[in-house]
Amino acid sequence: MEIIQYLGGALLIMGSLSLLIASIGLIRMPDVYNRVQTGTKASTLGAILSFLGVGLLSIENWSETNWIGRVIILIIFIIITNPVSSHILMRAAYVMKIPFTIDTKVDKLKEDIENKVLEEPKDE
Amino acid sequence: MKIKNLSVSFIIIMAAWLLLNWSFQVEIVLIGLILSLLLSLLFCSKCQLFSELKLTPKAFAYTLIYIFVFLIELVKANIDVTKRILSPNLPINPGVVKVETTLNSKMARLILANSITLTPGTFTIEIHDNALYIHWIDVKNSDVTEATEILARKFETYLKEIYD
Repeated sequence: MEIIQYLGGALLIMGSLSLLIASIGLIRMPDVYNRVQTGTKASTLGAILSFLGVGLLSIENWSETNWIGRVIILIIFIIITNPVSSHILMRAAYVMKIPFTIDTKVDKLKEDIENKVLEEPKDE
Repeated sequence: MKIKNLSVSFIIIMAAWLLLNWSFQVEIVLIGLILSLLLSLLFCSKCQLFSELKLTPKAFAYTLIYIFVFLIELVKANIDVTKRILSPNLPINPGVVKVETTLNSKMARLILANSITLTPGTFTIEIHDNALYIHWIDVKNSDVTEATEILARKFETYLKEIYD
């Protein structure tokens, strides 16, 4: 089962690299909205790859108990909960009227609020 | 439909139990069967969460295809954002665009919005009826129909087959 060990290690390294790049992005991005974007990147692919790597590394013998099932459950829960929490962060930033960076091209949400297509999102 | 809600929640709880234990001994499977039947009877006899789900072989096949398509999009978008972060002049072009979805089911809209949020570079800020307001790190086209074509179409075609 050598090859599975190597595969697990490779996945773990790829996951940590993804997390590293995301944290570089957190520093480099100009405003809060783009920072949240790179934040979700970290916790999706980075966490999924790291968990898969840990799961594969825990396999030493197929007959013994290993962590693959638990790792799959962890990945499913991250996929379900992560977008909800980051969406709430982003929406809260928008409701608090934190300004966009100067490079921002369009803001359809603001246009629609001004054209009275929908009412302004509020704290609930 | 009550039977459908019960059976779907039963299958989900049972799958979670088997994955957590990761063994198929008779007593563990039996305890799991009893527990998941009890839990789904107690907590999901009135829930509406799965009432819009289609339970046909075709919908099941499309679910598998959808997961596959979603994972490919996730990796592609990750590579794209990684390039943007690491290039020295930071080539971002952010903006909020409007996307109009044709999906009617609430659950399908939830999954569409969450898929868009999970792929890096796009992010759902607000949903209002069938309009999704998406923060996009690289606005290619701010027109509503064009943005829908680029961002939502790839997920929508599969979700339409899974949910009513």
